Amino acid sequence: MRTENQTAPLTGTRAIKDMAADWLERSDRSDWGEQNVAELEAWLSQSPAHRLAYWRVKSAWERAQRLHALHPSKHVETTRAPWMLFRPIVFRTAAVLGAVAILGLAMVFLAPRSQEQTFSTRVGGHKIISFADGTQVELNTNTTVRTKLSSHERTVVLEHGEAYFRVTHNASRPFSVIIGNRRVTDLGTEFLVRRDDSRFEVALAKGRARFEVTDGVNNPSVLLVPGDAIVEKGGSISLVQETASELTDELAWRRGLLVFSHTTLADAASEFNRYNTSKIAIADPATASITIGGTFATNNVAGFVQLARNLLGLHVQSHGNAVVISR
Amino acid sequence: MPEGSDNDRESVDCLRGGVSVNPSSLEAWFMREVWPLEAVLMQYLRQNWRDQSAAEDLLHDVYVRVYEAARVQIPEHPKAFVLTTARNLLIGRVRHSNIVPIEALADFEAIQTAIDAPGPEQVVIARDELRRLNAAMEQLPPRCRKVVMMRRVEGLSRPEIALRLGITENTVSVYLKRGMSVLADILYGSSSDAGVAKP
Repeated sequence: MRTENQTAPLTGTRAIKDMAADWLERSDRSDWGEQNVAELEAWLSQSPAHRLAYWRVKSAWERAQRLHALHPSKHVETTRAPWMLFRPIVFRTAAVLGAVAILGLAMVFLAPRSQEQTFSTRVGGHKIISFADGTQVELNTNTTVRTKLSSHERTVVLEHGEAYFRVTHNASRPFSVIIGNRRVTDLGTEFLVRRDDSRFEVALAKGRARFEVTDGVNNPSVLLVPGDAIVEKGGSISLVQETASELTDELAWRRGLLVFSHTTLADAASEFNRYNTSKIAIADPATASITIGGTFATNNVAGFVQLARNLLGLHVQSHGNAVVISR
Repeated sequence: MPEGSDNDRESVDCLRGGVSVNPSSLEAWFMREVWPLEAVLMQYLRQNWRDQSAAEDLLHDVYVRVYEAARVQIPEHPKAFVLTTARNLLIGRVRHSNIVPIEALADFEAIQTAIDAPGPEQVVIARDELRRLNAAMEQLPPRCRKVVMMRRVEGLSRPEIALRLGITENTVSVYLKRGMSVLADILYGSSSDAGVAKP
Protein backbone atom coordinates (compact mmCIF):
# COMPACT_ATOMS: atom_id res chain seq x y z
CA MET A 1 0.00 0.00 0.00
CA ARG A 2 1.16 3.46 -0.80
CA THR A 3 1.75 6.00 1.92
CA GLU A 4 1.21 9.66 1.43
CA ASN A 5 4.75 10.83 2.05
CA GLN A 6 6.67 8.27 0.10
CA THR A 7 8.29 10.80 -2.20
CA ALA A 8 8.82 14.51 -1.80
CA PRO A 9 5.44 15.56 -3.14
CA LEU A 10 6.32 19.08 -4.23
CA THR A 11 9.11 18.23 -6.60
CA GLY A 12 7.11 17.65 -9.76
CA THR A 13 4.78 20.60 -9.47
CA ARG A 14 7.56 22.90 -8.32
CA ALA A 15 9.85 21.88 -11.14
CA ILE A 16 7.16 22.50 -13.73
CA LYS A 17 6.37 25.90 -12.25
CA ASP A 18 10.02 26.78 -12.43
CA MET A 19 10.27 25.72 -16.06
CA ALA A 20 7.16 27.72 -16.89
CA ALA A 21 8.67 30.86 -15.36
CA ASP A 22 11.81 30.17 -17.34
CA TRP A 23 9.88 30.01 -20.63
CA LEU A 24 7.99 33.16 -19.79
CA GLU A 25 11.18 35.01 -18.97
CA ARG A 26 12.71 33.91 -22.27
CA SER A 27 9.64 34.95 -24.23
CA ASP A 28 10.05 38.46 -22.81
CA ARG A 29 13.54 38.81 -24.34
CA SER A 30 14.13 40.89 -27.42
CA ASP A 31 15.75 38.03 -29.34
CA TRP A 32 12.71 35.76 -28.92
CA GLY A 33 11.90 34.46 -32.40
CA GLU A 34 9.75 32.03 -34.34
CA GLN A 35 12.12 29.18 -33.62
CA ASN A 36 11.59 29.80 -29.90
CA VAL A 37 7.84 29.96 -30.33
CA ALA A 38 7.92 26.50 -31.86
CA GLU A 39 10.09 25.19 -29.01
CA LEU A 40 7.73 26.63 -26.45
CA GLU A 41 4.73 25.13 -28.21
CA ALA A 42 6.45 21.74 -28.21
CA TRP A 43 7.05 21.98 -24.48
CA LEU A 44 3.48 23.06 -23.85
CA SER A 45 2.15 20.15 -25.89
CA GLN A 46 4.05 17.64 -23.79
CA SER A 47 1.56 17.78 -20.94
CA PRO A 48 -1.44 19.73 -19.67
CA ALA A 49 0.63 20.38 -16.56
CA HIS A 50 3.13 22.34 -18.64
CA ARG A 51 0.44 24.34 -20.37
CA LEU A 52 -1.39 25.15 -17.15
CA ALA A 53 1.75 26.20 -15.32
CA TYR A 54 2.70 28.44 -18.23
CA TRP A 55 -0.75 30.00 -18.54
CA ARG A 56 -0.84 30.62 -14.83
CA VAL A 57 2.48 32.43 -14.55
CA LYS A 58 1.80 34.31 -17.79
CA SER A 59 -1.58 35.55 -16.60
CA ALA A 60 -0.07 36.89 -13.37
CA TRP A 61 2.57 38.69 -15.39
CA GLU A 62 -0.10 40.18 -17.63
CA ARG A 63 -2.08 41.32 -14.63
CA ALA A 64 1.02 42.91 -13.16
CA GLN A 65 0.97 45.38 -15.99
CA ARG A 66 -2.04 46.99 -14.36
CA LEU A 67 0.21 48.12 -11.59
CA HIS A 68 0.88 51.36 -13.34
CA ALA A 69 2.52 53.82 -11.10
CA LEU A 70 1.29 57.25 -12.08
CA HIS A 71 4.45 58.28 -13.75
CA PRO A 72 4.73 61.80 -15.07
CA SER A 73 5.81 60.48 -18.46
CA LYS A 74 2.48 58.70 -18.85
CA HIS A 75 0.37 61.75 -18.32
CA VAL A 76 -1.00 63.57 -21.23
CA GLU A 77 -3.80 65.89 -20.34
CA THR A 78 -3.37 68.88 -18.11
CA THR A 79 -6.27 70.95 -19.34
CA ARG A 80 -8.69 72.43 -16.87
CA ALA A 81 -12.13 73.88 -17.35
CA PRO A 82 -11.99 77.68 -17.54
CA TRP A 83 -14.07 79.38 -14.89
CA MET A 84 -16.51 81.73 -16.51
CA LEU A 85 -19.87 82.73 -15.17
CA PHE A 86 -21.16 83.09 -11.69
CA ARG A 87 -24.36 81.18 -11.17
CA PRO A 88 -26.94 82.07 -8.51
CA ILE A 89 -27.39 79.70 -5.63
CA VAL A 90 -30.68 77.92 -5.05
CA PHE A 91 -31.78 76.07 -1.95
CA ARG A 92 -33.27 72.68 -2.47
CA THR A 93 -34.54 72.17 1.02
CA ALA A 94 -37.56 70.03 0.29
CA ALA A 95 -35.66 67.26 -1.43
CA VAL A 96 -33.07 67.26 1.28
CA LEU A 97 -35.65 67.09 4.07
CA GLY A 98 -37.18 64.11 2.33
CA ALA A 99 -33.86 62.38 2.42
CA VAL A 100 -33.56 63.09 6.14
CA ALA A 101 -36.86 61.40 6.81
CA ILE A 102 -35.99 58.35 4.76
CA LEU A 103 -32.45 57.80 5.87
CA GLY A 104 -32.76 58.97 9.44
CA LEU A 105 -29.33 60.48 9.15
CA ALA A 106 -27.79 63.56 10.58
CA MET A 107 -28.09 66.23 7.90
CA VAL A 108 -26.25 69.48 7.75
CA PHE A 109 -27.10 72.48 5.63
CA LEU A 110 -24.45 74.82 4.49
CA ALA A 111 -25.30 78.46 4.64
CA PRO A 112 -24.56 80.03 1.27
CA ARG A 113 -22.16 82.57 2.66
CA SER A 114 -20.18 80.34 4.98
CA GLN A 115 -16.48 80.74 4.64
CA GLU A 116 -14.94 77.68 6.18
CA GLN A 117 -16.57 74.99 8.28
CA THR A 118 -15.51 71.66 9.74
CA PHE A 119 -17.72 68.57 9.86
CA SER A 120 -16.95 65.30 11.59
CA THR A 121 -18.48 61.94 12.30
CA ARG A 122 -17.60 59.70 15.22
CA VAL A 123 -16.79 56.02 14.94
CA GLY A 124 -19.98 54.44 13.58
CA GLY A 125 -21.33 57.82 12.48
CA HIS A 126 -22.92 58.70 9.14
CA LYS A 127 -23.76 62.23 8.02
CA ILE A 128 -24.81 64.04 4.87
CA ILE A 129 -23.76 67.61 4.20
CA SER A 130 -25.88 69.44 1.64
CA PHE A 131 -24.61 72.44 -0.21
CA ALA A 132 -26.95 75.16 -1.35
CA ASP A 133 -26.46 74.16 -4.98
CA GLY A 134 -27.61 70.58 -4.38
CA THR A 135 -24.17 69.09 -4.00
CA GLN A 136 -24.03 66.47 -1.26
CA VAL A 137 -21.12 65.13 0.70
CA GLU A 138 -21.88 61.94 2.56
CA LEU A 139 -19.50 61.17 5.42
CA ASN A 140 -18.76 57.64 6.53
CA THR A 141 -17.57 56.59 9.98
CA ASN A 142 -14.79 58.53 11.76
CA THR A 143 -14.39 61.19 9.09
CA THR A 144 -13.48 64.86 9.15
CA VAL A 145 -13.85 67.34 6.29
CA ARG A 146 -13.39 71.10 6.02
CA THR A 147 -15.48 72.98 3.48
CA LYS A 148 -14.40 76.23 1.90
CA LEU A 149 -16.91 77.96 -0.33
CA SER A 150 -16.46 81.09 -2.36
CA SER A 151 -18.22 82.59 -5.32
CA HIS A 152 -15.69 81.15 -7.73
CA GLU A 153 -14.86 77.77 -6.23
CA ARG A 154 -15.98 75.06 -3.86
CA THR A 155 -13.35 73.14 -1.94
CA VAL A 156 -13.61 70.26 0.50
CA VAL A 157 -10.56 69.14 2.41
CA LEU A 158 -10.75 65.51 3.50
CA GLU A 159 -8.69 65.38 6.69
CA HIS A 160 -9.28 61.68 7.25
CA GLY A 161 -11.92 59.03 6.69
CA GLU A 162 -14.20 58.35 3.77
CA ALA A 163 -16.81 60.38 1.90
CA TYR A 164 -19.03 60.04 -1.13
CA PHE A 165 -19.46 63.16 -3.24
CA ARG A 166 -22.45 63.94 -5.46
CA VAL A 167 -21.54 67.12 -7.16
CA THR A 168 -23.81 69.52 -9.00
CA HIS A 169 -21.47 70.49 -11.76
CA ASN A 170 -20.77 74.14 -12.36
CA ALA A 171 -17.84 74.96 -14.58
CA SER A 172 -17.73 78.53 -13.32
CA ARG A 173 -17.51 77.37 -9.72
CA PRO A 174 -15.42 74.23 -9.81
CA PHE A 175 -15.65 71.68 -7.03
CA SER A 176 -12.53 70.03 -5.77
CA VAL A 177 -11.55 67.68 -2.98
CA ILE A 178 -8.13 68.12 -1.45
CA ILE A 179 -6.51 65.13 0.21
CA GLY A 180 -3.03 66.13 1.38
CA ASN A 181 -1.23 66.96 -1.82
CA ARG A 182 -3.73 65.08 -3.97
CA ARG A 183 -6.65 66.78 -5.60
CA VAL A 184 -9.78 65.53 -7.33
CA THR A 185 -11.61 68.09 -9.45
CA ASP A 186 -15.19 67.49 -10.49
CA LEU A 187 -16.16 67.56 -14.13
CA GLY A 188 -19.78 66.49 -13.44
CA THR A 189 -19.39 63.70 -10.98
CA GLU A 190 -20.19 61.23 -8.25
CA PHE A 191 -17.16 59.79 -6.57
CA LEU A 192 -15.78 58.22 -3.42
CA VAL A 193 -12.67 59.30 -1.57
CA ARG A 194 -11.13 57.37 1.27
CA ARG A 195 -8.13 58.38 3.32
CA ASP A 196 -6.76 56.14 6.07
CA ASP A 197 -3.38 55.90 7.70
CA SER A 198 -2.42 53.10 5.39
CA ARG A 199 -4.20 53.86 2.12
CA PHE A 200 -5.79 56.41 -0.07
CA GLU A 201 -8.41 55.73 -2.71
CA VAL A 202 -10.59 57.58 -5.18
CA ALA A 203 -13.29 55.72 -7.10
CA LEU A 204 -15.43 57.32 -9.76
CA ALA A 205 -19.09 56.29 -10.00
CA LYS A 206 -20.46 58.75 -12.56
CA GLY A 207 -19.34 61.54 -14.85
CA ARG A 208 -15.78 62.74 -15.09
CA ALA A 209 -13.20 63.94 -12.63
CA ARG A 210 -9.58 64.88 -12.73
CA PHE A 211 -7.13 63.44 -10.25
CA GLU A 212 -3.95 65.39 -9.63
CA VAL A 213 -0.89 65.05 -7.46
CA THR A 214 0.02 68.54 -6.29
CA ASP A 215 3.32 67.97 -4.59
CA GLY A 216 4.92 70.70 -6.65
CA VAL A 217 7.37 68.36 -8.37
CA ASN A 218 5.88 66.66 -11.41
CA ASN A 219 2.20 67.26 -10.76
CA PRO A 220 0.95 64.27 -12.73
CA SER A 221 -2.74 64.20 -13.42
CA VAL A 222 -5.20 61.78 -14.93
CA LEU A 223 -8.78 62.06 -16.17
CA LEU A 224 -11.01 59.55 -14.39
CA VAL A 225 -14.01 57.94 -16.06
CA PRO A 226 -16.62 55.68 -14.41
CA GLY A 227 -15.03 52.44 -13.27
CA ASP A 228 -11.65 54.05 -12.69
CA ALA A 229 -10.14 53.97 -9.25
CA ILE A 230 -6.95 55.46 -7.93
CA VAL A 231 -5.36 53.40 -5.21
CA GLU A 232 -2.35 54.55 -3.28
CA LYS A 233 -0.62 52.29 -0.87
CA GLY A 234 2.94 51.93 0.29
CA GLY A 235 4.01 55.00 -1.64
CA SER A 236 2.90 53.97 -5.10
CA ILE A 237 -0.15 55.29 -6.90
CA SER A 238 -2.03 53.10 -9.33
CA LEU A 239 -4.97 53.43 -11.64
CA VAL A 240 -7.17 50.34 -11.62
CA GLN A 241 -10.52 49.32 -13.06
CA GLU A 242 -13.45 48.45 -10.87
CA THR A 243 -16.62 46.80 -12.06
CA ALA A 244 -19.97 48.34 -11.22
CA SER A 245 -20.68 45.62 -8.70
CA GLU A 246 -17.35 46.13 -6.95
CA LEU A 247 -18.13 49.79 -6.61
CA THR A 248 -21.61 49.01 -5.31
CA ASP A 249 -20.04 46.77 -2.67
CA GLU A 250 -17.61 49.48 -1.76
CA LEU A 251 -20.41 51.98 -1.34
CA ALA A 252 -22.53 49.59 0.74
CA TRP A 253 -21.73 51.71 3.83
CA ARG A 254 -24.14 54.30 2.45
CA ARG A 255 -26.83 51.72 3.17
CA GLY A 256 -25.25 50.80 6.50
CA LEU A 257 -23.70 47.60 5.16
CA LEU A 258 -20.34 46.00 4.66
CA VAL A 259 -20.03 43.65 1.71
CA PHE A 260 -17.16 41.18 1.68
CA SER A 261 -16.13 39.11 -1.28
CA HIS A 262 -12.92 37.11 -1.11
CA THR A 263 -11.98 39.40 1.72
CA THR A 264 -9.37 38.23 4.22
CA LEU A 265 -10.41 38.05 7.85
CA ALA A 266 -7.76 40.66 8.59
CA ASP A 267 -9.30 43.12 6.13
CA ALA A 268 -12.83 42.32 7.25
CA ALA A 269 -11.86 42.87 10.89
CA SER A 270 -10.25 46.20 10.12
CA GLU A 271 -13.40 47.23 8.22
CA PHE A 272 -15.57 46.42 11.25
CA ASN A 273 -13.10 48.26 13.47
CA ARG A 274 -13.66 51.42 11.47
CA TYR A 275 -17.33 51.42 12.49
CA ASN A 276 -17.27 50.08 16.02
CA THR A 277 -15.71 50.98 19.33
CA SER A 278 -15.38 47.32 20.23
CA LYS A 279 -12.41 46.08 18.23
CA ILE A 280 -11.75 42.75 16.58
CA ALA A 281 -8.21 41.41 16.61
CA ILE A 282 -6.96 38.45 14.61
CA ALA A 283 -4.36 36.55 16.58
CA ASP A 284 -2.28 34.80 13.97
CA PRO A 285 -1.33 35.20 10.29
CA ALA A 286 -2.92 31.90 9.21
CA THR A 287 -6.29 33.02 10.55
CA ALA A 288 -5.81 36.50 9.16
CA SER A 289 -5.41 35.16 5.64
CA ILE A 290 -8.64 33.13 5.56
CA THR A 291 -10.95 34.68 2.98
CA ILE A 292 -14.66 35.15 3.45
CA GLY A 293 -17.66 36.56 1.65
CA GLY A 294 -20.97 37.94 2.86
CA THR A 295 -22.96 41.00 3.81
CA PHE A 296 -23.16 42.44 7.33
CA ALA A 297 -24.60 45.51 8.96
CA THR A 298 -21.64 47.75 9.81
CA ASN A 299 -22.36 47.32 13.54
CA ASN A 300 -22.97 43.58 13.43
CA VAL A 301 -19.73 42.53 15.07
CA ALA A 302 -21.59 39.75 16.86
CA GLY A 303 -22.76 38.24 13.59
CA PHE A 304 -19.29 38.36 12.15
CA VAL A 305 -17.78 36.76 15.24
CA GLN A 306 -20.43 34.08 15.13
CA LEU A 307 -19.52 33.29 11.54
CA ALA A 308 -15.88 32.97 12.53
CA ARG A 309 -16.78 30.57 15.31
CA ASN A 310 -19.47 28.45 13.72
CA LEU A 311 -18.66 28.40 10.06
CA LEU A 312 -14.89 28.68 10.12
CA GLY A 313 -14.39 26.81 13.41
CA LEU A 314 -12.16 29.50 14.90
CA HIS A 315 -11.68 30.34 18.58
CA VAL A 316 -13.21 33.53 19.83
CA GLN A 317 -12.31 35.23 23.11
CA SER A 318 -13.73 38.44 24.48
CA HIS A 319 -11.59 40.75 26.58
CA GLY A 320 -13.67 43.72 27.61
CA ASN A 321 -14.07 45.81 24.50
CA ALA A 322 -11.97 43.55 22.31
CA VAL A 323 -12.64 40.27 20.57
CA VAL A 324 -9.71 38.06 19.67
CA ILE A 325 -10.14 35.49 16.90
CA SER A 326 -7.61 32.70 16.59
CA ARG A 327 -7.19 29.16 15.36
CA MET B 1 4.71 9.99 -7.31
CA PRO B 2 5.42 13.48 -8.41
CA GLU B 3 2.80 13.56 -11.15
CA GLY B 4 -0.27 12.37 -9.29
CA SER B 5 -1.17 8.81 -8.43
CA ASP B 6 -2.60 6.10 -10.64
CA ASN B 7 -6.16 6.58 -9.56
CA ASP B 8 -6.18 10.01 -11.22
CA ARG B 9 -4.96 8.72 -14.52
CA GLU B 10 -8.21 7.59 -16.03
CA SER B 11 -9.57 11.11 -16.28
CA VAL B 12 -6.46 12.22 -18.15
CA ASP B 13 -6.23 9.35 -20.59
CA CYS B 14 -9.80 9.27 -21.74
CA LEU B 15 -9.60 12.85 -22.97
CA ARG B 16 -6.73 12.58 -25.38
CA GLY B 17 -9.15 12.87 -28.28
CA GLY B 18 -10.70 15.90 -29.94
CA VAL B 19 -10.31 19.43 -28.66
CA SER B 20 -13.34 21.60 -29.15
CA VAL B 21 -12.48 24.71 -27.17
CA ASN B 22 -10.03 27.09 -28.78
CA PRO B 23 -6.81 27.19 -26.68
CA SER B 24 -6.62 30.96 -26.46
CA SER B 25 -10.17 31.26 -25.18
CA LEU B 26 -9.41 28.46 -22.75
CA GLU B 27 -6.37 30.37 -21.57
CA ALA B 28 -8.44 33.52 -21.18
CA TRP B 29 -11.08 31.59 -19.26
CA PHE B 30 -8.45 30.28 -16.86
CA MET B 31 -7.10 33.76 -16.38
CA ARG B 32 -10.52 35.26 -15.79
CA GLU B 33 -12.23 32.52 -13.80
CA VAL B 34 -9.88 29.86 -12.51
CA TRP B 35 -6.62 31.41 -11.31
CA PRO B 36 -8.41 33.90 -9.07
CA LEU B 37 -9.99 30.94 -7.25
CA GLU B 38 -6.63 29.62 -6.22
CA ALA B 39 -6.67 31.10 -2.73
CA VAL B 40 -10.13 29.70 -2.00
CA LEU B 41 -9.24 26.37 -3.52
CA MET B 42 -5.98 26.12 -1.64
CA GLN B 43 -7.74 26.93 1.61
CA TYR B 44 -10.31 24.25 0.88
CA LEU B 45 -7.64 21.67 0.13
CA ARG B 46 -5.64 22.52 3.24
CA GLN B 47 -8.68 22.38 5.47
CA ASN B 48 -9.72 19.03 4.11
CA TRP B 49 -6.49 17.18 3.64
CA ARG B 50 -4.41 16.14 6.56
CA ASP B 51 -1.11 16.04 4.72
CA GLN B 52 -0.51 19.78 4.24
CA SER B 53 2.57 19.24 2.13
CA ALA B 54 0.40 17.58 -0.52
CA ALA B 55 -1.79 20.64 -1.01
CA GLU B 56 0.21 22.03 -3.88
CA ASP B 57 0.10 18.73 -5.75
CA LEU B 58 -3.61 18.38 -5.11
CA LEU B 59 -4.12 21.88 -6.45
CA HIS B 60 -2.22 20.96 -9.55
CA ASP B 61 -4.32 17.82 -10.02
CA VAL B 62 -7.49 19.86 -9.71
CA TYR B 63 -6.23 22.21 -12.42
CA VAL B 64 -5.45 19.33 -14.76
CA ARG B 65 -8.93 17.88 -14.26
CA VAL B 66 -10.57 21.24 -14.80
CA TYR B 67 -8.48 21.76 -17.90
CA GLU B 68 -9.38 18.41 -19.38
CA ALA B 69 -13.07 19.07 -18.85
CA ALA B 70 -12.95 22.67 -20.04
CA ARG B 71 -11.20 21.69 -23.27
CA VAL B 72 -14.35 19.86 -24.23
CA GLN B 73 -16.76 22.42 -22.89
CA ILE B 74 -16.25 25.53 -20.77
CA PRO B 75 -18.17 24.99 -17.51
CA GLU B 76 -21.02 27.37 -16.96
CA HIS B 77 -20.42 27.93 -13.25
CA PRO B 78 -16.66 28.04 -12.86
CA LYS B 79 -16.47 28.37 -9.09
CA ALA B 80 -18.88 25.56 -8.37
CA PHE B 81 -17.21 23.43 -11.01
CA VAL B 82 -13.71 23.96 -9.69
CA LEU B 83 -14.68 23.32 -6.08
CA THR B 84 -16.69 20.26 -6.97
CA THR B 85 -13.72 18.94 -8.90
CA ALA B 86 -11.58 19.47 -5.83
CA ARG B 87 -14.09 17.72 -3.63
CA ASN B 88 -14.35 14.77 -5.99
CA LEU B 89 -10.60 14.51 -6.14
CA LEU B 90 -10.39 14.39 -2.35
CA ILE B 91 -13.17 11.83 -2.12
CA GLY B 92 -11.37 9.70 -4.67
CA ARG B 93 -8.17 9.94 -2.68
CA VAL B 94 -9.90 9.01 0.56
CA ARG B 95 -11.52 5.96 -1.03
CA HIS B 96 -8.19 4.77 -2.38
CA SER B 97 -5.95 5.50 0.52
CA ASN B 98 -7.53 4.23 3.77
CA ILE B 99 -5.57 6.96 5.46
CA VAL B 100 -8.19 9.61 5.96
CA PRO B 101 -11.13 8.57 8.15
CA ILE B 102 -14.38 8.20 6.28
CA GLU B 103 -16.23 10.81 8.33
CA ALA B 104 -14.06 13.35 6.52
CA LEU B 105 -16.44 12.89 3.59
CA ALA B 106 -19.16 14.64 5.56
CA ASP B 107 -16.80 17.55 6.09
CA PHE B 108 -16.18 17.92 2.38
CA GLU B 109 -19.89 18.44 1.92
CA ALA B 110 -20.17 20.85 4.83
CA ILE B 111 -17.33 23.04 3.69
CA GLN B 112 -18.65 23.00 0.15
CA THR B 113 -21.92 24.44 1.39
CA ALA B 114 -20.06 26.92 3.53
CA ILE B 115 -18.06 28.20 0.60
CA ASP B 116 -21.14 28.50 -1.56
CA ALA B 117 -23.26 30.07 1.15
CA PRO B 118 -22.28 33.74 1.13
CA GLY B 119 -23.99 34.25 -2.21
CA PRO B 120 -22.75 35.44 -5.56
CA GLU B 121 -19.14 36.38 -5.09
CA GLN B 122 -17.14 38.25 -7.63
CA VAL B 123 -14.29 36.15 -8.81
CA VAL B 124 -11.79 38.85 -9.38
CA ILE B 125 -11.76 41.92 -7.24
CA ALA B 126 -9.76 44.64 -8.84
CA ARG B 127 -8.87 46.16 -5.53
CA ASP B 128 -7.93 42.88 -3.94
CA GLU B 129 -5.91 42.09 -6.97
CA LEU B 130 -4.04 45.32 -6.73
CA ARG B 131 -3.48 44.81 -3.05
CA ARG B 132 -2.11 41.37 -3.79
CA LEU B 133 0.08 42.75 -6.55
CA ASN B 134 1.44 45.38 -4.22
CA ALA B 135 1.94 42.80 -1.51
CA ALA B 136 3.73 40.54 -3.96
CA MET B 137 5.96 43.38 -5.02
CA GLU B 138 6.75 44.24 -1.43
CA GLN B 139 7.76 40.67 -0.74
CA LEU B 140 10.32 40.64 -3.52
CA PRO B 141 13.87 41.49 -2.52
CA PRO B 142 14.50 45.19 -3.25
CA ARG B 143 16.63 44.67 -6.36
CA CYS B 144 14.32 42.07 -7.83
CA ARG B 145 11.37 44.35 -7.18
CA LYS B 146 13.13 47.23 -8.85
CA VAL B 147 13.84 45.16 -11.96
CA VAL B 148 10.26 43.88 -12.18
CA MET B 149 8.83 47.37 -11.76
CA MET B 150 11.15 48.79 -14.40
CA ARG B 151 10.36 46.06 -16.89
CA ARG B 152 6.68 45.50 -16.30
CA VAL B 153 5.32 48.76 -15.01
CA GLU B 154 7.65 51.34 -16.49
CA GLY B 155 8.29 49.32 -19.64
CA LEU B 156 12.05 49.84 -19.82
CA SER B 157 14.15 47.58 -22.04
CA ARG B 158 16.47 45.03 -20.48
CA PRO B 159 19.69 46.76 -21.59
CA GLU B 160 18.38 49.99 -20.11
CA ILE B 161 17.55 48.31 -16.80
CA ALA B 162 21.00 46.70 -16.72
CA LEU B 163 22.61 50.04 -17.40
CA ARG B 164 20.61 51.94 -14.81
CA LEU B 165 21.17 49.41 -12.06
CA GLY B 166 24.74 48.60 -12.99
CA ILE B 167 24.06 44.87 -13.37
CA THR B 168 24.41 42.45 -16.28
CA GLU B 169 21.50 41.55 -18.54
CA ASN B 170 21.80 37.99 -17.26
CA THR B 171 21.15 39.20 -13.75
CA VAL B 172 18.16 41.12 -15.05
CA SER B 173 16.86 37.83 -16.49
CA VAL B 174 17.33 36.03 -13.17
CA TYR B 175 15.43 38.72 -11.28
CA LEU B 176 12.64 38.75 -13.85
CA LYS B 177 12.15 35.02 -13.76
CA ARG B 178 12.01 35.01 -9.99
CA GLY B 179 9.65 37.97 -9.98
CA MET B 180 7.31 36.28 -12.45
CA SER B 181 7.16 33.15 -10.37
CA VAL B 182 6.59 34.87 -7.03
CA LEU B 183 4.01 37.25 -8.46
CA ALA B 184 1.88 34.34 -9.65
CA ASP B 185 2.04 32.60 -6.27
CA ILE B 186 1.12 35.65 -4.27
CA LEU B 187 -1.42 37.04 -6.69
CA TYR B 188 -3.28 33.75 -6.79
CA GLY B 189 -2.83 33.10 -3.11
CA SER B 190 -1.09 29.75 -3.04
CA SER B 191 2.24 31.06 -1.81
CA SER B 192 3.74 28.70 0.68
CA ASP B 193 3.96 31.32 3.44
CA ALA B 194 0.19 31.18 3.81
CA GLY B 195 0.35 28.81 6.72
CA VAL B 196 1.83 25.50 5.60
CA ALA B 197 4.49 23.96 7.76
CA LYS B 198 7.27 22.59 5.63
CA PRO B 199 9.00 19.41 6.78
